[in-house]
Amino acid sequence: MTSTAPRKKLTTSAMIASFADPGQRTSSAPFGHALTRLAHERPEIVGLSADLAKYTDMHVFRDAFPDRFFQMGMAEQVMLGAAAGLAEVGLVPFASTYSVFATRRAYDFLCLDIAEPGLNVNVVGALPGLTTGYGPSHQATEDLAILRGCPNLTIVDPCDSVDIEQAVPALAAAPGPTYLRLLRGAVPTVLDEYDYRFELGKAAELRTGRDVVLISTGLMTMRALQAAARLEADHVDVAVLHVPTIKPLDTEAVLRAARTDRLVVTCENHTVVGGLGEAVASTLAFAGVGTRLVPIALPDEFLAAGALPTLHDRYGLSTDAVVARVKAELGGGAHAPWAADPTPATA
Amino acid sequence: MTSLSTPPVTADSTRGQEDRIDRIRQAAYRIRRNALDMGEVQGQGYIGQALGVADVLAVVYTDQLRYRPEDPHWPDRDRFLLSIGHYAIALYAALAEAGIIPAEELETYGSDDSRLPMSAMASYTPGMEISGGSLGHGLGVATGMALGLRHLGNPARVFDLLSDGELDEGSTWEAALACAHHGLDNVTAVVDVNALQADGPTAGVLRTEPVVDKWRAFGWHALRVDGNDVAALVDAFDELREHRGSPSVLICDTRIGSGVPLLEGREKAHFMRVEPHEWQIARDQLEEGLSR
Ligand SMILES: Cc1ncc(C[n+]2csc(CCOP(=O)(O)OP(=O)(O)O)c2C)c(N)n1
Ligand SMILES: [Mg+2]
Repeated sequence: MTSTAPRKKLTTSAMIASFADPGQRTSSAPFGHALTRLAHERPEIVGLSADLAKYTDMHVFRDAFPDRFFQMGMAEQVMLGAAAGLAEVGLVPFASTYSVFATRRAYDFLCLDIAEPGLNVNVVGALPGLTTGYGPSHQATEDLAILRGCPNLTIVDPCDSVDIEQAVPALAAAPGPTYLRLLRGAVPTVLDEYDYRFELGKAAELRTGRDVVLISTGLMTMRALQAAARLEADHVDVAVLHVPTIKPLDTEAVLRAARTDRLVVTCENHTVVGGLGEAVASTLAFAGVGTRLVPIALPDEFLAAGALPTLHDRYGLSTDAVVARVKAELGGGAHAPWAADPTPATA
Repeated sequence: MTSLSTPPVTADSTRGQEDRIDRIRQAAYRIRRNALDMGEVQGQGYIGQALGVADVLAVVYTDQLRYRPEDPHWPDRDRFLLSIGHYAIALYAALAEAGIIPAEELETYGSDDSRLPMSAMASYTPGMEISGGSLGHGLGVATGMALGLRHLGNPARVFDLLSDGELDEGSTWEAALACAHHGLDNVTAVVDVNALQADGPTAGVLRTEPVVDKWRAFGWHALRVDGNDVAALVDAFDELREHRGSPSVLICDTRIGSGVPLLEGREKAHFMRVEPHEWQIARDQLEEGLSR
């Protein structure tokens, strides 16, 4: 990484920054296409956006069903208020904006207009966690922390295009309010290689392993799977438990995973405060399980602006960083299984 | 425009005014060139907006604003708030023209560890008064600055540059009510009406016209000018400077890509892609326009 660094520094270049690895299989706008497919079957589905249809993959639905799409302008508060109104009269809205604006700007409207009456409104937040280099104004590093405290709300953090495609009909079918951490644009396709189906409220063990269990959510499940494969080459046996539903948390699966003598690590694209790590920690503590937990998460600070790969490396979300953290936690030394390997693999 | 408080026209003052306009036009040219240089670093982005708003920034920074380039925190400075953080490229171009940041630094725009991030932040850049990126924040902070300055007996003025898209946000109008209620005539809002926002033309996304009537109904002294006509901008700013008793707003109709026919003629895009070979063409066209 360092020796071959180009002279010119990486640039932020874009909202459209993708976190897909070079050459990775991707699927284009999976949310927009899934919503459009569903809307063919369910005429009560409607869409809204706050001047961000094009940037939340909602444009696919808008173009397919122009008379079922409502452009609310850049006004996130009234968008969520109006979504509540649409639900009150029997429609099933999907309302999209960036996660920061859904949670910070419009939270009062989400909470009181949508969640308290328990309406079937599906809030879709793009750029969750650290998925843009634009700096704190666009990095929704604490959206889960804000929303986990909201009663009635179901929260889904999908890993890839497979998760998104299967989650959309499930969210529409769920009677209450939901929040989807949207991955948009060219979204990696990963989970089709596993015996996996998205089930609302259920965690899924994607890999078994005797030494370590990575409890992961969102795009970090992709990184956890890559890290597990790399650690396998170093003779470390790593399990991955994917937790796409953050709330309600699949506490049974979490407890089952943590009641072992394996190293337990949580992986999330979110601040260490109030996200998956703390949700798992409280689940263990409340059940009297004293397992130590290693949280891989963003630091409790306002993050920098910059190129996304730079930032994922710096803040510990890259596959390299996950591998390094697990190795450090397992304790290195001459007896570590990988001690003979002079050059650690890089992505 | 109502009462223009300019002195009577004489041959001498006409010459003075021509020089003044020419000085501002030269500055606008350099701001546009700075913006093109930065745009090239990223290869895409908010270059259309930057070219469109360059004349407004040239008038503000070379003709209207009181500041000390070497001391961006001077307590008596006029405050210029960039409510539209994505227009950072335009403000950096103007800050370099104003001598607040070195021109050589512009090539770091949007690069890792640069002081000039793509989305404006106060903690990164000298002369950047507020952290933008989330739209609809500027006028509220301007309200507080203006209240505070007046309370402290400081005659500094507060400018807030917002976009037509920001007229969608409730927070903008909440602040507009507050400024009028408190009689904040030390506030000047400038609205860049480029008739575009993220999902397309403003008229199709959310209708905000008639814009002047709305501000007047909210208790503001409102003028509207061609935001790419330097002489008209100067007249308007001069008039607003004299206005007392209520906050002022200048609605500026601007053309995306203004000064560069190649980009002016292109389909309007919030986030514009420019091919690598086109940047030099753009610079050449800009220069031709100056000598015309
Ligand atoms: C509160 C908020 N909502 C949404 C966005 C996303 N966004 C960025 S720019 C933009 C368009 C706003 O309109 P305008 O500033 O007029 O756009 P431009 O003229 O630059 O195309 C939107 C919706 C944002 N930055 N802040
Ligand atoms: Mg605009």
